Amino acid sequence: MSHVLLDPTSERSPSQRERVDRPSSLDGRTVGLLDISKARGNVFLDRVDEVLRGRGFEVLRFAKPTFTKPAPIDLRHEIATKCDVVIEALAD
Amino acid sequence: MGDGPLLPDGIVAIVKRDCPTCRMVEPVLAQLDADPHVELTVYTQDDASFPSGVGKVVLDEDLAVSYHHGIETVPTLLRVEGGVERDRTVGWSRAQWTACTGVDGLGQELPDMRPGCGSLSVDPTMVDELRVRFEGHRLAARRVQVGALEDEIETMFERGWSDGLPLVPPTEARVLRMLEGTTRAPGDVVAVVPPDLVECTVEKIAINAVLAGCKPEYLPVVIAGVEAACTDEFNIHGLLATTMPVGPVMIVNGPVRARIGMNAGVNVLGQGNRANSTIGRALQLVIRNVGGGRPGGVDRAAQGNPGKLTFCFPEDEEGSPWEPLHVERGFDAGASTVTLFPGEGPRGIVDQLSREADSLARTYAACLLTVQHPKLPMAFDAVLVVGPEHGRVFAEAGWTKAQLRERLHELTLMAGKDIVRGAQGIAEGAPEWVGDAQLPKFRPDGILIVHAGGGAGLFSSIIGGWVNGETGSQPVTKEIGA
Repeated sequence: MSHVLLDPTSERSPSQRERVDRPSSLDGRTVGLLDISKARGNVFLDRVDEVLRGRGFEVLRFAKPTFTKPAPIDLRHEIATKCDVVIEALAD
Repeated sequence: MGDGPLLPDGIVAIVKRDCPTCRMVEPVLAQLDADPHVELTVYTQDDASFPSGVGKVVLDEDLAVSYHHGIETVPTLLRVEGGVERDRTVGWSRAQWTACTGVDGLGQELPDMRPGCGSLSVDPTMVDELRVRFEGHRLAARRVQVGALEDEIETMFERGWSDGLPLVPPTEARVLRMLEGTTRAPGDVVAVVPPDLVECTVEKIAINAVLAGCKPEYLPVVIAGVEAACTDEFNIHGLLATTMPVGPVMIVNGPVRARIGMNAGVNVLGQGNRANSTIGRALQLVIRNVGGGRPGGVDRAAQGNPGKLTFCFPEDEEGSPWEPLHVERGFDAGASTVTLFPGEGPRGIVDQLSREADSLARTYAACLLTVQHPKLPMAFDAVLVVGPEHGRVFAEAGWTKAQLRERLHELTLMAGKDIVRGAQGIAEGAPEWVGDAQLPKFRPDGILIVHAGGGAGLFSSIIGGWVNGETGSQPVTKEIGA
Protein backbone atom coordinates (compact mmCIF):
# COMPACT_ATOMS: atom_id res chain seq x y z
CA MET A 1 0.00 0.00 0.00
CA SER A 2 1.40 3.40 -0.91
CA HIS A 3 1.06 6.48 1.25
CA VAL A 4 0.69 10.15 0.53
CA LEU A 5 2.62 12.57 2.70
CA LEU A 6 2.44 16.35 2.70
CA ASP A 7 5.66 18.16 1.87
CA PRO A 8 6.89 20.08 4.94
CA THR A 9 9.39 22.16 2.96
CA SER A 10 9.25 25.42 1.04
CA GLU A 11 8.79 23.36 -2.17
CA ARG A 12 11.39 25.38 -4.00
CA SER A 13 11.82 23.65 -7.28
CA PRO A 14 14.32 22.74 -8.53
CA SER A 15 15.77 22.12 -5.11
CA GLN A 16 19.10 23.57 -6.20
CA ARG A 17 19.03 26.86 -8.04
CA GLU A 18 20.84 27.05 -11.37
CA ARG A 19 24.03 29.05 -11.24
CA VAL A 20 24.60 31.96 -13.59
CA ASP A 21 27.29 31.11 -16.13
CA ARG A 22 30.77 32.11 -14.96
CA PRO A 23 32.31 34.90 -17.11
CA SER A 24 35.33 33.78 -19.15
CA SER A 25 37.04 37.14 -18.61
CA LEU A 26 36.66 40.24 -16.41
CA ASP A 27 37.36 42.57 -19.34
CA GLY A 28 34.90 45.44 -19.34
CA ARG A 29 33.10 44.17 -16.24
CA THR A 30 32.57 45.89 -12.89
CA VAL A 31 33.61 43.85 -9.87
CA GLY A 32 31.82 44.40 -6.53
CA LEU A 33 33.63 43.53 -3.31
CA LEU A 34 31.20 42.79 -0.48
CA ASP A 35 32.45 42.96 3.09
CA ILE A 36 30.02 41.17 5.44
CA SER A 37 31.42 43.27 8.33
CA LYS A 38 33.07 40.43 10.12
CA ALA A 39 36.50 41.02 11.60
CA ARG A 40 39.40 41.03 9.10
CA GLY A 41 37.27 40.40 6.04
CA ASN A 42 38.43 43.84 4.92
CA VAL A 43 42.08 42.74 5.02
CA PHE A 44 41.36 40.13 2.39
CA LEU A 45 39.21 42.47 0.29
CA ASP A 46 41.77 45.30 0.41
CA ARG A 47 44.30 42.98 -1.17
CA VAL A 48 41.84 41.74 -3.80
CA ASP A 49 40.94 45.37 -4.52
CA GLU A 50 44.63 46.25 -5.00
CA VAL A 51 45.22 43.32 -7.36
CA LEU A 52 42.14 43.98 -9.49
CA ARG A 53 42.73 47.73 -9.80
CA GLY A 54 46.36 47.00 -10.63
CA ARG A 55 45.10 45.03 -13.60
CA GLY A 56 42.87 47.89 -14.66
CA PHE A 57 39.46 46.56 -13.65
CA GLU A 58 36.73 48.75 -12.18
CA VAL A 59 36.09 47.85 -8.54
CA LEU A 60 33.25 48.96 -6.24
CA ARG A 61 33.18 48.35 -2.48
CA PHE A 62 30.12 47.40 -0.42
CA ALA A 63 29.54 46.35 3.17
CA LYS A 64 26.68 44.72 5.02
CA PRO A 65 25.65 46.63 8.18
CA THR A 66 26.13 43.45 10.23
CA PHE A 67 27.23 39.94 9.44
CA THR A 68 24.47 38.51 11.62
CA LYS A 69 21.63 39.46 9.30
CA PRO A 70 20.95 39.06 5.58
CA ALA A 71 22.07 41.97 3.39
CA PRO A 72 19.31 44.63 3.24
CA ILE A 73 17.28 44.49 0.05
CA ASP A 74 18.45 47.96 -1.05
CA LEU A 75 22.07 46.86 -0.82
CA ARG A 76 21.36 43.69 -2.80
CA HIS A 77 19.60 45.79 -5.42
CA GLU A 78 22.45 48.28 -5.64
CA ILE A 79 25.03 45.53 -6.09
CA ALA A 80 22.90 43.77 -8.69
CA THR A 81 22.44 46.95 -10.73
CA LYS A 82 26.03 48.24 -10.54
CA CYS A 83 28.12 45.10 -10.76
CA ASP A 84 28.63 42.22 -13.16
CA VAL A 85 30.61 40.09 -10.69
CA VAL A 86 30.68 40.01 -6.89
CA ILE A 87 33.33 38.70 -4.55
CA GLU A 88 32.11 38.25 -0.97
CA ALA A 89 34.55 37.89 1.88
CA LEU A 90 33.70 35.70 4.82
CA ALA A 91 35.93 35.73 7.88
CA ASP A 92 36.89 33.85 11.08
CA MET B 1 -18.06 22.02 7.44
CA GLY B 2 -19.86 24.22 4.92
CA ASP B 3 -19.57 23.88 1.14
CA GLY B 4 -21.77 20.79 1.35
CA PRO B 5 -24.87 19.67 -0.50
CA LEU B 6 -27.90 21.92 0.01
CA LEU B 7 -30.76 20.56 2.05
CA PRO B 8 -34.27 20.41 0.58
CA ASP B 9 -36.91 22.68 2.09
CA GLY B 10 -39.31 21.22 4.62
CA ILE B 11 -38.54 18.78 7.43
CA VAL B 12 -35.30 16.82 7.14
CA ALA B 13 -34.44 13.83 9.32
CA ILE B 14 -31.04 12.11 9.49
CA VAL B 15 -31.17 8.53 10.80
CA LYS B 16 -29.40 5.18 10.78
CA ARG B 17 -30.90 1.73 11.20
CA ASP B 18 -28.24 0.77 13.70
CA CYS B 19 -29.67 3.29 16.19
CA PRO B 20 -32.45 2.00 18.50
CA THR B 21 -33.94 5.48 18.88
CA CYS B 22 -34.12 5.84 15.10
CA ARG B 23 -35.91 2.50 14.89
CA MET B 24 -38.25 3.63 17.67
CA VAL B 25 -39.24 6.80 15.78
CA GLU B 26 -39.79 4.93 12.48
CA PRO B 27 -43.62 5.17 12.90
CA VAL B 28 -43.32 8.87 13.79
CA LEU B 29 -41.49 9.54 10.54
CA ALA B 30 -44.24 7.65 8.66
CA GLN B 31 -46.82 9.76 10.52
CA LEU B 32 -45.03 12.98 9.47
CA ASP B 33 -44.75 11.78 5.88
CA ALA B 34 -48.49 11.18 5.80
CA ASP B 35 -49.25 14.71 7.00
CA PRO B 36 -50.26 16.85 4.00
CA HIS B 37 -48.68 19.95 5.60
CA VAL B 38 -45.24 18.35 5.92
CA GLU B 39 -42.65 17.95 3.18
CA LEU B 40 -40.38 15.25 4.65
CA THR B 41 -36.98 14.08 3.44
CA VAL B 42 -35.12 11.40 5.37
CA TYR B 43 -31.37 10.88 4.96
CA THR B 44 -30.35 7.42 6.04
CA GLN B 45 -26.72 6.66 6.82
CA ASP B 46 -26.53 2.89 6.69
CA ASP B 47 -29.54 1.31 4.96
CA ALA B 48 -31.50 2.63 1.98
CA SER B 49 -34.55 0.55 3.01
CA PHE B 50 -34.80 2.29 6.39
CA PRO B 51 -37.13 3.78 7.50
CA SER B 52 -40.12 2.18 5.87
CA GLY B 53 -43.31 4.13 5.35
CA VAL B 54 -41.58 7.26 4.10
CA GLY B 55 -41.71 8.34 0.45
CA LYS B 56 -38.48 10.28 0.14
CA VAL B 57 -35.56 8.38 1.63
CA VAL B 58 -32.05 9.32 0.45
CA LEU B 59 -29.03 7.16 1.24
CA ASP B 60 -26.28 9.45 2.55
CA GLU B 61 -23.83 6.96 1.18
CA ASP B 62 -20.62 8.97 1.43
CA LEU B 63 -21.96 10.81 4.51
CA ALA B 64 -21.51 14.15 2.69
CA VAL B 65 -24.84 15.51 3.96
CA SER B 66 -24.18 14.38 7.53
CA TYR B 67 -20.59 15.67 7.50
CA HIS B 68 -21.22 19.06 5.94
CA HIS B 69 -24.25 19.81 8.08
CA GLY B 70 -22.47 18.93 11.30
CA ILE B 71 -24.71 16.03 12.28
CA GLU B 72 -23.39 14.56 15.52
CA THR B 73 -26.42 12.62 16.71
CA VAL B 74 -29.07 10.49 15.03
CA PRO B 75 -31.90 11.03 14.78
CA THR B 76 -31.48 14.74 14.02
CA LEU B 77 -34.54 16.65 12.87
CA LEU B 78 -34.16 19.90 10.93
CA ARG B 79 -36.59 22.49 9.60
CA VAL B 80 -35.26 24.03 6.38
CA GLU B 81 -36.61 27.12 4.65
CA GLY B 82 -35.12 28.51 1.45
CA GLY B 83 -32.18 26.15 1.84
CA VAL B 84 -31.40 27.56 5.29
CA GLU B 85 -31.62 25.57 8.50
CA ARG B 86 -34.12 27.25 10.84
CA ASP B 87 -34.49 24.70 13.62
CA ARG B 88 -32.69 21.58 14.82
CA THR B 89 -33.46 18.96 17.45
CA VAL B 90 -31.48 15.83 18.28
CA GLY B 91 -32.67 12.50 19.66
CA TRP B 92 -36.36 11.99 20.32
CA SER B 93 -38.35 14.56 22.28
CA ARG B 94 -42.04 14.80 21.58
CA ALA B 95 -42.16 18.43 22.63
CA GLN B 96 -39.20 19.44 20.50
CA TRP B 97 -40.34 17.43 17.47
CA THR B 98 -43.74 19.07 17.78
CA ALA B 99 -42.15 22.52 17.98
CA CYS B 100 -39.90 21.80 15.02
CA THR B 101 -42.57 20.32 12.75
CA GLY B 102 -45.73 22.09 13.92
CA VAL B 103 -47.48 18.71 14.03
CA ASP B 104 -49.32 17.65 17.21
CA GLY B 105 -49.86 14.19 18.55
CA LEU B 106 -46.59 12.66 17.37
CA GLY B 107 -45.64 9.22 18.71
CA GLN B 108 -48.30 9.03 21.40
CA GLU B 109 -47.29 5.52 22.34
CA LEU B 110 -43.62 6.47 22.80
CA PRO B 111 -41.88 7.80 25.91
CA ASP B 112 -41.65 11.61 26.08
CA MET B 113 -38.02 11.56 25.18
CA ARG B 114 -35.10 9.32 24.42
CA PRO B 115 -31.53 10.28 23.53
CA GLY B 116 -30.15 9.32 20.13
CA CYS B 117 -26.91 7.66 19.03
CA GLY B 118 -23.73 8.98 17.52
CA SER B 119 -23.89 9.89 13.84
CA LEU B 120 -21.75 7.72 11.56
CA SER B 121 -20.09 10.93 10.37
CA VAL B 122 -18.49 11.42 13.79
CA ASP B 123 -17.69 7.76 14.37
CA PRO B 124 -14.08 7.62 15.59
CA THR B 125 -13.26 5.00 12.95
CA MET B 126 -14.59 7.21 10.16
CA VAL B 127 -13.86 10.79 11.10
CA ASP B 128 -10.28 11.02 9.79
CA GLU B 129 -11.23 9.47 6.46
CA LEU B 130 -14.19 11.81 6.09
CA ARG B 131 -12.09 14.85 6.93
CA VAL B 132 -9.61 13.91 4.20
CA ARG B 133 -12.47 13.22 1.75
CA PHE B 134 -14.28 16.50 2.36
CA GLU B 135 -11.55 18.87 3.51
CA GLY B 136 -8.39 17.55 1.83
CA HIS B 137 -8.80 20.18 -0.86
CA ARG B 138 -8.07 22.86 1.75
CA LEU B 139 -4.46 21.65 1.92
CA ALA B 140 -2.16 23.29 -0.60
CA ALA B 141 1.08 21.44 0.15
CA ARG B 142 2.71 19.30 -2.50
CA ARG B 143 1.78 15.63 -2.15
CA VAL B 144 4.68 13.24 -1.85
CA GLN B 145 3.89 9.71 -2.94
CA VAL B 146 5.66 7.03 -0.93
CA GLY B 147 5.90 3.75 -2.80
CA ALA B 148 4.45 0.52 -1.53
CA LEU B 149 7.88 -0.96 -0.86
CA GLU B 150 9.27 2.16 0.78
CA ASP B 151 9.42 2.65 4.53
CA GLU B 152 7.96 6.11 5.02
CA ILE B 153 10.15 6.79 8.07
CA GLU B 154 13.24 6.11 5.95
CA THR B 155 11.83 8.19 3.09
CA MET B 156 11.52 11.19 5.39
CA PHE B 157 15.15 10.81 6.51
CA GLU B 158 16.29 10.53 2.91
CA ARG B 159 14.41 13.66 1.91
CA GLY B 160 16.24 15.60 4.58
CA TRP B 161 13.14 16.49 6.61
CA SER B 162 14.52 15.10 9.87
CA ASP B 163 16.57 16.69 12.65
CA GLY B 164 18.20 13.29 13.13
CA LEU B 165 15.38 11.63 15.04
CA PRO B 166 12.45 9.71 13.54
CA LEU B 167 9.47 11.79 12.42
CA VAL B 168 5.73 11.20 12.46
CA PRO B 169 4.56 10.84 8.82
CA PRO B 170 2.52 13.93 7.85
CA THR B 171 -0.47 12.25 6.22
CA GLU B 172 -3.43 14.32 5.10
CA ALA B 173 -5.49 12.91 7.97
CA ARG B 174 -2.90 13.85 10.58
CA VAL B 175 -2.36 17.35 9.17
CA LEU B 176 -6.12 18.02 9.02
CA ARG B 177 -6.43 16.80 12.60
CA MET B 178 -3.54 19.10 13.58
CA LEU B 179 -5.31 22.05 11.94
CA GLU B 180 -8.31 21.43 14.21
CA GLY B 181 -6.06 22.85 16.94
CA THR B 182 -6.31 26.38 15.58
CA THR B 183 -9.07 28.66 14.35
CA ARG B 184 -6.70 30.11 11.75
CA ALA B 185 -7.11 29.22 8.09
CA PRO B 186 -4.49 26.85 6.62
CA GLY B 187 -3.47 29.44 4.06
CA ASP B 188 -2.78 32.25 6.54
CA VAL B 189 0.80 33.45 6.30
CA VAL B 190 2.33 33.50 9.79
CA ALA B 191 5.84 34.73 9.07
CA VAL B 192 8.64 34.96 6.55
CA VAL B 193 11.15 32.36 7.65
CA PRO B 194 14.92 32.86 7.26
CA PRO B 195 17.34 31.97 5.88
CA ASP B 196 15.52 31.40 2.59
CA LEU B 197 12.93 34.08 3.48
CA VAL B 198 9.97 31.84 2.65
CA GLU B 199 6.38 32.79 3.49
CA CYS B 200 5.23 30.21 6.01
CA THR B 201 1.55 29.32 6.25
CA VAL B 202 -0.40 27.83 9.14
CA GLU B 203 -0.56 24.65 7.04
CA LYS B 204 3.24 24.36 6.74
CA ILE B 205 3.57 24.86 10.49
CA ALA B 206 0.91 22.17 11.04
CA ILE B 207 2.81 19.73 8.80
CA ASN B 208 6.01 20.30 10.74
CA ALA B 209 4.11 20.03 14.04
CA VAL B 210 2.93 16.60 12.90
CA LEU B 211 6.52 15.65 12.04
CA ALA B 212 7.60 16.74 15.52
CA GLY B 213 4.92 14.67 17.28
CA CYS B 214 2.72 17.53 18.51
CA LYS B 215 -0.93 17.18 19.48
CA PRO B 216 -3.38 19.58 17.79
CA GLU B 217 -3.81 21.62 20.96
CA TYR B 218 -0.09 22.49 20.89
CA LEU B 219 -0.34 24.11 17.46
CA PRO B 220 -1.14 27.68 18.63
CA VAL B 221 2.00 27.61 20.81
CA VAL B 222 4.12 26.56 17.84
CA ILE B 223 2.54 29.27 15.68
CA ALA B 224 3.32 31.95 18.28
CA GLY B 225 6.87 30.59 18.50
CA VAL B 226 7.36 30.87 14.74
CA GLU B 227 5.97 34.42 14.83
CA ALA B 228 8.37 35.40 17.60
CA ALA B 229 11.38 33.73 15.99
CA CYS B 230 10.91 35.51 12.69
CA THR B 231 10.82 39.05 14.06
CA ASP B 232 13.70 41.36 13.26
CA GLU B 233 14.32 41.72 17.02
CA PHE B 234 14.77 38.00 17.60
CA ASN B 235 16.79 37.58 14.41
CA ILE B 236 16.59 33.81 13.96
CA HIS B 237 18.76 34.21 10.87
CA GLY B 238 21.73 35.36 12.90
CA LEU B 239 21.06 32.86 15.66
CA LEU B 240 21.05 30.08 13.08
CA ALA B 241 24.09 31.27 11.16
CA THR B 242 26.33 31.96 14.13
CA THR B 243 29.23 29.67 14.94
CA MET B 244 28.24 29.88 18.64
CA PRO B 245 26.36 26.98 20.30
CA VAL B 246 22.94 28.63 20.59
CA GLY B 247 19.35 28.23 19.45
CA PRO B 248 15.83 29.43 20.25
CA VAL B 249 14.73 28.64 23.81
CA MET B 250 10.95 28.80 24.32
CA ILE B 251 9.52 29.78 27.71
CA VAL B 252 5.75 29.33 28.00
CA ASN B 253 3.54 31.27 30.43
CA GLY B 254 -0.15 31.48 31.23
CA PRO B 255 -3.13 29.13 31.28
CA VAL B 256 -2.06 27.24 28.14
CA ARG B 257 0.58 25.41 30.19
CA ALA B 258 -1.98 23.45 32.18
CA ARG B 259 -4.41 23.17 29.29
CA ILE B 260 -1.95 21.24 27.15
CA GLY B 261 -0.28 19.40 30.00
CA MET B 262 3.18 20.94 30.04
CA ASN B 263 5.61 20.04 32.79
CA ALA B 264 7.00 22.87 34.93
CA GLY B 265 8.09 20.55 37.74
CA VAL B 266 10.44 17.59 38.11
CA ASN B 267 12.98 17.47 35.25
CA VAL B 268 11.48 20.63 33.72
CA LEU B 269 14.44 21.22 31.41
CA GLY B 270 14.76 17.54 30.57
CA GLN B 271 12.96 14.83 28.67
CA GLY B 272 9.68 13.04 29.22
CA ASN B 273 6.84 15.50 28.64
CA ARG B 274 5.30 15.43 25.18
CA ALA B 275 4.30 19.10 25.00
CA ASN B 276 7.65 20.39 26.29
CA SER B 277 9.57 18.11 23.93
CA THR B 278 7.61 18.41 20.72
CA ILE B 279 6.76 22.14 20.66
CA GLY B 280 10.41 23.17 20.67
CA ARG B 281 11.15 20.50 18.08
CA ALA B 282 8.37 21.75 15.81
CA LEU B 283 9.83 25.27 15.81
CA GLN B 284 13.24 23.93 14.85
CA LEU B 285 11.72 21.80 12.09
CA VAL B 286 9.97 24.86 10.63
CA ILE B 287 13.32 26.68 10.53
CA ARG B 288 14.89 23.61 8.90
CA ASN B 289 12.23 22.63 6.41
CA VAL B 290 10.44 25.86 5.56
CA GLY B 291 13.29 28.31 6.12
CA GLY B 292 15.94 25.97 4.74
CA GLY B 293 18.26 26.42 7.73
CA ARG B 294 20.37 23.31 8.11
CA PRO B 295 23.60 22.45 9.89
CA GLY B 296 26.48 22.76 7.45
CA GLY B 297 24.35 25.06 5.29
CA VAL B 298 23.45 28.38 6.85
CA ASP B 299 23.65 26.84 10.34
CA ARG B 300 27.38 27.22 10.99
CA ALA B 301 27.50 26.27 14.69
CA ALA B 302 30.97 25.04 15.56
CA GLN B 303 29.62 22.74 18.26
CA GLY B 304 25.90 23.38 18.69
CA ASN B 305 24.05 22.07 21.73
CA PRO B 306 21.41 19.38 22.37
CA GLY B 307 18.81 22.10 22.94
CA LYS B 308 18.85 22.73 19.20
CA LEU B 309 16.76 19.58 18.83
CA THR B 310 14.17 21.08 21.17
CA PHE B 311 14.25 23.49 24.08
CA CYS B 312 10.87 24.52 25.44
CA PHE B 313 9.63 24.70 29.01
CA PRO B 314 6.89 26.41 31.02
CA GLU B 315 7.39 28.57 34.08
CA ASP B 316 6.07 27.23 37.39
CA GLU B 317 3.95 30.30 38.08
CA GLU B 318 1.81 28.73 40.79
CA GLY B 319 4.77 27.82 43.01
CA SER B 320 6.70 31.00 42.32
CA PRO B 321 7.31 33.67 44.96
CA TRP B 322 7.26 36.24 42.14
CA GLU B 323 5.23 37.59 39.24
CA PRO B 324 5.71 35.42 36.15
CA LEU B 325 7.90 36.36 33.20
CA HIS B 326 5.08 37.40 30.87
CA VAL B 327 3.60 39.78 33.44
CA GLU B 328 7.00 41.41 33.85
CA ARG B 329 7.08 41.77 30.07
CA GLY B 330 3.76 43.62 29.96
CA PHE B 331 1.15 40.90 29.45
CA ASP B 332 -1.91 40.11 31.58
CA ALA B 333 -1.50 37.24 34.02
CA GLY B 334 -4.40 35.54 32.26
CA ALA B 335 -2.73 35.72 28.84
CA SER B 336 -0.82 32.77 27.45
CA THR B 337 2.51 33.69 25.90
CA VAL B 338 5.69 32.27 24.53
CA THR B 339 8.97 34.08 25.12
CA LEU B 340 11.89 33.24 22.87
CA PHE B 341 15.38 33.57 24.26
CA PRO B 342 18.52 33.02 22.18
CA GLY B 343 20.23 30.54 24.43
CA GLU B 344 22.83 27.85 24.86
CA GLY B 345 22.24 24.69 26.89
CA PRO B 346 21.43 25.04 30.58
CA ARG B 347 24.10 24.65 33.25
CA GLY B 348 23.40 23.86 36.87
CA ILE B 349 24.04 25.96 39.94
CA VAL B 350 24.61 23.99 43.14
CA ASP B 351 24.14 25.77 46.46
CA GLN B 352 22.93 23.50 49.24
CA LEU B 353 24.05 25.63 52.16
CA SER B 354 22.76 29.18 51.60
CA ARG B 355 19.74 29.90 53.77
CA GLU B 356 20.13 33.68 53.51
CA ALA B 357 18.95 35.43 50.36
CA ASP B 358 22.12 37.49 49.98
CA SER B 359 24.33 34.42 50.21
CA LEU B 360 22.33 32.71 47.50
CA ALA B 361 22.42 35.85 45.34
CA ARG B 362 26.21 35.81 45.65
CA THR B 363 26.28 32.21 44.46
CA TYR B 364 24.14 33.14 41.46
CA ALA B 365 26.35 36.14 40.68
CA ALA B 366 29.53 34.08 40.82
CA CYS B 367 28.06 31.61 38.35
CA LEU B 368 26.49 34.27 36.11
CA LEU B 369 29.86 35.98 35.72
CA THR B 370 31.07 32.98 33.75
CA VAL B 371 28.42 33.27 31.01
CA GLN B 372 30.32 32.80 27.74
CA HIS B 373 33.52 34.08 29.36
CA PRO B 374 34.23 35.51 32.83
CA LYS B 375 36.12 38.44 31.30
CA LEU B 376 33.50 39.56 28.77
CA PRO B 377 31.08 42.31 29.91
CA MET B 378 27.68 43.38 28.54
CA ALA B 379 27.61 41.24 25.41
CA PHE B 380 25.41 38.38 26.55
CA ASP B 381 22.09 38.08 28.39
CA ALA B 382 21.11 35.14 30.59
CA VAL B 383 18.03 33.36 31.88
CA LEU B 384 18.20 32.37 35.53
CA VAL B 385 15.89 29.43 36.19
CA VAL B 386 15.32 29.50 39.95
CA GLY B 387 14.44 26.10 41.42
CA PRO B 388 11.66 25.88 44.02
CA GLU B 389 13.95 25.16 46.99
CA HIS B 390 16.04 28.19 46.12
CA GLY B 391 12.89 30.21 45.46
CA ARG B 392 11.79 29.52 49.00
CA VAL B 393 14.94 31.16 50.41
CA PHE B 394 13.99 34.41 48.66
CA ALA B 395 10.31 34.05 49.60
CA GLU B 396 11.18 33.64 53.29
CA ALA B 397 13.45 36.67 53.16
CA GLY B 398 10.73 38.68 51.43
CA TRP B 399 12.92 39.49 48.42
CA THR B 400 11.09 40.64 45.32
CA LYS B 401 12.29 39.61 41.89
CA ALA B 402 13.36 43.20 41.25
CA GLN B 403 15.43 43.16 44.43
CA LEU B 404 17.18 39.97 43.41
CA ARG B 405 17.87 41.34 39.94
CA GLU B 406 19.26 44.59 41.32
CA ARG B 407 21.52 42.70 43.70
CA LEU B 408 22.74 40.46 40.87
CA HIS B 409 23.65 43.52 38.81
CA GLU B 410 25.61 44.94 41.76
CA LEU B 411 27.39 41.67 42.38
CA THR B 412 28.32 41.16 38.74
CA LEU B 413 30.07 44.50 38.29
CA MET B 414 33.59 43.84 37.08
CA ALA B 415 36.72 45.94 37.55
CA GLY B 416 38.22 46.90 34.22
CA LYS B 417 41.74 46.04 35.33
CA ASP B 418 40.65 42.47 36.12
CA ILE B 419 39.01 41.76 32.79
CA VAL B 420 41.10 43.68 30.31
CA ARG B 421 42.81 41.64 27.62
CA GLY B 422 45.82 39.88 29.10
CA ALA B 423 44.69 40.25 32.71
CA GLN B 424 44.77 37.04 34.76
CA GLY B 425 47.09 35.65 32.10
CA ILE B 426 44.19 35.31 29.65
CA ALA B 427 44.37 36.97 26.25
CA GLU B 428 40.56 37.11 25.90
CA GLY B 429 38.86 40.01 27.63
CA ALA B 430 37.63 43.57 27.40
CA PRO B 431 39.54 46.06 25.17
CA GLU B 432 42.25 48.26 26.68
CA TRP B 433 40.12 51.40 26.67
CA VAL B 434 37.95 50.13 29.53
CA GLY B 435 40.76 51.27 31.84
CA ASP B 436 39.77 51.21 35.52
CA ALA B 437 36.04 51.55 34.89
CA GLN B 438 33.55 49.33 36.68
CA LEU B 439 31.73 47.37 33.99
CA PRO B 440 28.43 45.53 34.32
CA LYS B 441 28.40 41.90 33.25
CA PHE B 442 24.83 42.33 32.03
CA ARG B 443 22.91 45.16 30.38
CA PRO B 444 20.01 46.48 32.56
CA ASP B 445 17.39 44.11 31.12
CA GLY B 446 19.88 41.33 30.48
CA ILE B 447 18.92 38.98 33.31
CA LEU B 448 15.62 37.14 32.86
CA ILE B 449 14.40 35.31 35.95
CA VAL B 450 11.89 32.45 35.88
CA HIS B 451 10.83 29.85 38.43
CA ALA B 452 10.65 26.17 37.54
CA GLY B 453 11.67 22.71 38.62
CA GLY B 454 10.98 19.86 41.03
CA GLY B 455 10.37 20.32 44.74
CA ALA B 456 13.55 18.63 46.00
CA GLY B 457 17.07 19.89 45.35
CA LEU B 458 18.79 23.15 46.23
CA PHE B 459 19.66 23.90 42.61
CA SER B 460 18.99 26.43 39.89
CA SER B 461 20.12 26.77 36.29
CA ILE B 462 21.56 29.38 33.97
CA ILE B 463 20.82 29.55 30.27
CA GLY B 464 23.51 31.73 28.75
CA GLY B 465 22.62 33.97 25.82
CA TRP B 466 23.95 34.84 22.40
CA VAL B 467 25.12 38.30 21.33
CA ASN B 468 22.48 40.78 22.49
CA GLY B 469 21.41 44.14 21.17
CA GLU B 470 20.79 45.45 17.68
CA THR B 471 23.22 43.22 15.82
CA GLY B 472 22.33 40.12 17.80
CA SER B 473 19.10 38.93 19.27
CA GLN B 474 16.56 40.32 21.72
CA PRO B 475 14.18 38.15 23.74
CA VAL B 476 10.72 38.39 22.15
CA THR B 477 7.35 37.57 23.75
CA LYS B 478 4.22 36.83 21.71
CA GLU B 479 0.71 36.12 22.91
CA ILE B 480 -0.57 32.68 21.97
CA GLY B 481 -3.77 32.94 19.92
CA ALA B 482 -6.54 30.44 19.29
